[in-house]
Amino acid sequence: MSSKQSASNGLFWTQLDAAANWSRANSLWPMPFATACCGIELMSTSASKHDLSRFGSEVMRFSPRQCDLMIVAGRVVMKMLPVLQRIWLQMPEPKWCISMGACACSGGVFDTYAVVQGVDRFIPVDIYVPGCPPRPEQLIASIIELQSKIQKTGTLRATEFAERMTPEGPARFDSDELIRIRDRNPMPFNLPVYDPKH
Amino acid sequence: MNSAESQLKYEAALSGLAGARSWSTFRDTLQLVIDEASLVSTMTRLRGAGLNMLMDVTAVDLLEYFDSIDRYRVVYQLLDTELGSRLEVRTHVNDPEPVLPTMTTLWASADWMEREVYDMFGIKFDGHPNPKRLLLPEEFASFPLRKDYPVKGRGERHNFPVVTRSES
Repeated sequence: MSSKQSASNGLFWTQLDAAANWSRANSLWPMPFATACCGIELMSTSASKHDLSRFGSEVMRFSPRQCDLMIVAGRVVMKMLPVLQRIWLQMPEPKWCISMGACACSGGVFDTYAVVQGVDRFIPVDIYVPGCPPRPEQLIASIIELQSKIQKTGTLRATEFAERMTPEGPARFDSDELIRIRDRNPMPFNLPVYDPKH
Repeated sequence: MNSAESQLKYEAALSGLAGARSWSTFRDTLQLVIDEASLVSTMTRLRGAGLNMLMDVTAVDLLEYFDSIDRYRVVYQLLDTELGSRLEVRTHVNDPEPVLPTMTTLWASADWMEREVYDMFGIKFDGHPNPKRLLLPEEFASFPLRKDYPVKGRGERHNFPVVTRSES
């Protein structure tokens, strides 16, 4: 059957990967992990003025098992990080992560003992959105960017994620921090480490 | 009642108690500094004198503070809800084992506030019904509002496993 015939019959030939990517990219269900003022911009993005549903990702779900896009909006403190990791592990494949705003990307101005200096140190992040907080247009731009990333790199069985085996964020300590900690006190690395998989 | 009248009233209520007391006034707030040893007896008398509400319990770390003798200052804010008069009671504790008697027997509102002081300064409250951390995680090993604790911490914020994309 030639392509001309099939088009006239209402059929359209494509690759399975491309079809899966097209449907996945245009119906992203976000998990709003909103912990601070970025969450207000996230709500504004999905509300009527900026209307995220034009891009197919307005269905915010508060259960991670129904989501495939995590939007970390706001600062994450060390008490919240195990929760973030557990929620990320509970999301079904294929899934993506947007780190929204300066705090989620780098800790922002909160360079203190309790605030995690960027969620990408502990979970994999696909798209970073700068800003404090970013405007809804920036978040929409990041979702369009993620849609094009999915359409370029996605596979039907989501095998592209298996190659990302190394941590993608910065190292645990920078040199300043090591010097400061060594001057002050030996590092208390005998603290119990929380393992979200148990 | 102004602060001078309140002072007369509370001085009368505390008459006969042992322990050094010093009174002062700052911007019409009456302040009383007492010994750690006479805390329970003083507070019991003040509770009986009409100060029926404990507004706040907090602490100050006086490490390297000019002309300070003691390490920690614990501050109790008391209020008489009928007359509207207030009193600030201060006492001091020191390392290595900063311990104070609990005020939960006199005011139930001391419960969480004393837990917060323990959480941030490591001052223990003897007889507290639930002596656990209030805000920080249980496994946190330091007391972050002490002046010898660095503001960026000792690495607690990095002490988590990394979840890579292939294993998640």
